Amino acid sequence: MMTILLLFFPLLAALVVLLGGSKLASKMALGLAVAELAFTGYAINLFQTAGPEAFYVFQAWIDSPKVSFHLGLDGLSLVMVILTNLLVPLIILSGFNRTIPNAKGYFSLILFMQFALVGVFMAMDGLLYYIFWEIALIPIYFIALRWGGENRVAITLKFFIYTLAGSLLMLFGFIMLYWYNPAQSFDIRELYTMVVSAENQSWLFWMFFLAFAIKIPIVPFHTWQADTYRESPTQGTMLLSGIMLKMGTYSLIRWLLPVLPLGVAKWGQLAMILCVIGIIYASIIALKQRNLKNLLAYSSVAHVGLIAAGIFALNIQGLQGSVVQMFAHGVNVVGLFFCADIIFNRTHTNEINDLGGIRNLAPVFSTMFTIIVLGSIALPLTNGFIGEFLLLYGVYEYNVWMSVFAGLTIILGAAYMLRMFKKVMLGKASSNVPEFPDLYWNEKVVLGVFVIIIFGMGIYPQPLMNLVEPVLQDILSQSIL
Amino acid sequence: MTETITNNSTMIFLGLMIPLLPLLGFLVNGLLGKFLPKGSAGWIGSISVLASFICVLLIFKDLQAEQAIRINVFNWIALGDINISFGLWIDALTMIMLMVVTGVGFLIHLYSIGYMHGDEGFTRFFTYLNLFIFFMLLLVMGSNYLIMFIGWEGVGLCSYLLIGFWYKNEPFNDAAQKAFVMNRIGDLGFLIAMFFMLFHFGTLDIQSIEDLAPGMAAKGGLLMIITLLLFIGATGKSAQLPLYTWLPDAMAGPTPVSALIHAATMVTAGIYMIVRSNVLFAMAPDTLMIILWVGVATSLFAAIIGLKQNDIKKVLAYSTVSQLGLMFVALGLGAFSSGVFHLVTHAFFKALLFLGAGSVIHALHGEQDIRKMGGLKKLIPITYITFILASLAISGFPLLSGFFSKDEILAHAFEQNKIVWIVMSISSILTAIYMFRLVFLTFFNDFRGSEETRSKIHESPKTMTIPLIVLCVLAVLGGLIGLPAIFHVSHWLNTYLSSVTEPSAAFLHQGHGISHGVEIGLMCFAGFAAIAAIFFMYRKYVAQKAIPESDESLQGFTKVIYNKFYVDEFFENWIVHPVFKLSEWFAAIFDKKIIDQIVNWTAMTMTSGGQALRLFQGGNTGTYVFAMVIGIVVLFIIRLLL
Repeated sequence: MMTILLLFFPLLAALVVLLGGSKLASKMALGLAVAELAFTGYAINLFQTAGPEAFYVFQAWIDSPKVSFHLGLDGLSLVMVILTNLLVPLIILSGFNRTIPNAKGYFSLILFMQFALVGVFMAMDGLLYYIFWEIALIPIYFIALRWGGENRVAITLKFFIYTLAGSLLMLFGFIMLYWYNPAQSFDIRELYTMVVSAENQSWLFWMFFLAFAIKIPIVPFHTWQADTYRESPTQGTMLLSGIMLKMGTYSLIRWLLPVLPLGVAKWGQLAMILCVIGIIYASIIALKQRNLKNLLAYSSVAHVGLIAAGIFALNIQGLQGSVVQMFAHGVNVVGLFFCADIIFNRTHTNEINDLGGIRNLAPVFSTMFTIIVLGSIALPLTNGFIGEFLLLYGVYEYNVWMSVFAGLTIILGAAYMLRMFKKVMLGKASSNVPEFPDLYWNEKVVLGVFVIIIFGMGIYPQPLMNLVEPVLQDILSQSIL
Repeated sequence: MTETITNNSTMIFLGLMIPLLPLLGFLVNGLLGKFLPKGSAGWIGSISVLASFICVLLIFKDLQAEQAIRINVFNWIALGDINISFGLWIDALTMIMLMVVTGVGFLIHLYSIGYMHGDEGFTRFFTYLNLFIFFMLLLVMGSNYLIMFIGWEGVGLCSYLLIGFWYKNEPFNDAAQKAFVMNRIGDLGFLIAMFFMLFHFGTLDIQSIEDLAPGMAAKGGLLMIITLLLFIGATGKSAQLPLYTWLPDAMAGPTPVSALIHAATMVTAGIYMIVRSNVLFAMAPDTLMIILWVGVATSLFAAIIGLKQNDIKKVLAYSTVSQLGLMFVALGLGAFSSGVFHLVTHAFFKALLFLGAGSVIHALHGEQDIRKMGGLKKLIPITYITFILASLAISGFPLLSGFFSKDEILAHAFEQNKIVWIVMSISSILTAIYMFRLVFLTFFNDFRGSEETRSKIHESPKTMTIPLIVLCVLAVLGGLIGLPAIFHVSHWLNTYLSSVTEPSAAFLHQGHGISHGVEIGLMCFAGFAAIAAIFFMYRKYVAQKAIPESDESLQGFTKVIYNKFYVDEFFENWIVHPVFKLSEWFAAIFDKKIIDQIVNWTAMTMTSGGQALRLFQGGNTGTYVFAMVIGIVVLFIIRLLL
């Protein structure tokens, strides 16, 4: 029951908000998202006492092709669901004190998005998972299209076509798997145990990898991202960068490694090289970006590149690091984009060279922004450090030199983030920043929660790690032959 | 491990209090600072560090030199076969570092109350300063390398925050950022060293690694790789060639910061880390050789640059780089406790020199150019006397602290490698030269600034002069902790640290030691050289009243030295600039014109011919493809319902 509630409550909430009218939309959406968060809290409790079995849902759905409504919530799914359900209310709250036209549609779509995301993370049937994966594209497409910036139409279209093209490859991949499967099923248990020849896995690897690589994105499949992040409304960018791209990294762990171990054995090294090149490439680009949101987008490419590299390292440290970092990156990147939004809200610009001197005018904002930046550059005792340490160690076990190259991220990351912070926040007040009201209450709450998570996870990461370790060990034993 | 671990609960409690008290000070000032009366932040900050210092003394009173305290606070990271605890470790070496950090740290806090008085960031200053002390304490107390690394990066953060303390000033922000990024280069070395240790030893616990290391000696170059990587970390933090250029720039921070972080404590972290890992380093003779020569080169190079600097803080900054080089020479020679000895005496006299410089700058309302000073000895007598005694100590004037610690290192050099001894002797004479050039230009003859400035010169308040006097006593008498054998007393520091350094002795080249006669000869030579250098400077700058040329009239080699051999320009032109160019090229050309064009081209090719393209250009394809997805979904829902 809990599983069904977790999944469908956001859908219900989306409907309620849509019917409830624009005046109360944001408050209603927040209340409902907080309720979902409370359910998640209860689910964590249930998980600790009863284990993943308590969340098993299986209902035959379609006979031919055989698709079942199979949901599950193991440690990995649970962490992703926690991330989603924790971020969504904060994302909604971040939209308070802003004028949003047609608010009921906007917040309803955010909740609808939450429904799809939770579905992606809980689906244990290949086709069901694919359906949620595609559904997730719908709300974000409309959010970006209706509420986005000036160039939204062309950019949103490109984003849509590009990710959809990747998804269709994945759909073909699933159909092929279905054909190869003697049990004729998309069920994850069948997919994990079935035998597919090395040659076929080799093809299938690329179908799935491309779909995920576009979504994550891994260089060179990233060119849709910076534009989309910049042109989407803030809440859309937060959903995209904080949660949606984790669909890709999550799927690498859930649907690629254990289903196609031979494909991974053959092509994993190439994927790893792409990831490491991507880390350095994106970091270098970030160094000289002039637009704050663009800079954050490229920094995000570098960070998720490291997450993907840790996954392809195929060891427990890398996998564990990737999960910790998915969570940490989700919090940090949403926090950073919110800071960009706060700045834009007051100054109407995100051009780095036009800003400056905010430090002096808004000390509370400045302190919180600093802490999120520190989390993002992986300072010890912040959430980013644990993840990066484990990821780089995972990559080290895979190959020493790879870890040296991937490790350049700690130098370049510090360089571009501090350079950005200096130009945006420090120095003398720029003429574009005549006045800068410090944080409103909702902004204080959102950033305050992020700050607590940043230190909480950085100082005591063990609970999170304990949650996922068993399932990661299982997946690892599936993935290494 | 030669230490025995004590389980005394009082000591464990005190041990925990040492880092927690400054952390508490940080939290109180940081979170509640704006509700507290103005100016209380300084006292909260100072008292928290004083309390921490008292805890250190209480432990020092009871903890025997061969005892250690191990405190496991909680399990930090447990994963597979990795188990890293949040653990603290206190032994003789930790005690020495703790006394320096909290003792000198407290004096500098106290001094800052006067120095920062009236600054709009007064509370923020003490917040950062307490945070720094906390991280520095974690660094020296960590029982494993990862905790040490927390402190290591944490002090880097505080250094960043404090160098850029006056954040409205653009060059200060640049200096702060440079310090952080250059330190991160070293930190990557440290990080990868930890990966090697974790992989090959299965642990990051320092004592366990020390026990396991002898078994690993056979494994080819493993220990050499680990120690070299750690040393890369040390070159960043302790400002050695080639990663030293951030330290002179770091003088942008308020002067107490230069004294605390960039002279007495943080920059010595690299030395501490190597002494802490002395067993590993002793088993990697090639690494020791590299450390030795990097130290020699840095020491001489920085001393030469120091000769021609005219900013009072810049002279002291290059002097710090040079003295740190001397400490690395000691480590390279395997004389670990001598390195610590010089670390301690240097902390006393260099902190004093910076605080004295701060007092001068304070008196002159911000003037830092020694060409515009002069004649200050009568105007600020306490500063003058303490400053000149510190200068004598650093120059190796007989019987002052620096004389003993420096001669101990030179004696080791004489015994093992005469070339090193010669170069280091030159470097040591250069130290006396640039220090007394500074002293005579600042304090002697007539004041060269404006009459208006002169009339306002006054001695600093008591919170500033008391730390000067205390540090001066330490700078003069500090040598007593390590008197050489010719005085027929035991070398207290060597004995005290023996439980830490002894395990490595077996792996080091064992010299026969030098005879008392040679030792006395070396000391006389060094003392005489220092006095001669001071005399020579007196003639030039006091008797002949020479004043350094203005920047424009410099030429030839002097100009090269004044411009620090153009090392900064080299880094700027050959590393920073090309990377920035690459960044622009990647963004403008490679990303947009190549990768993205391929993507667009692929999309166009696939949809070319027919309807799809027309819709595409019409901008309707979004809805078109979208309809497809909806179709799939609807299909399934219909199937479900039927």
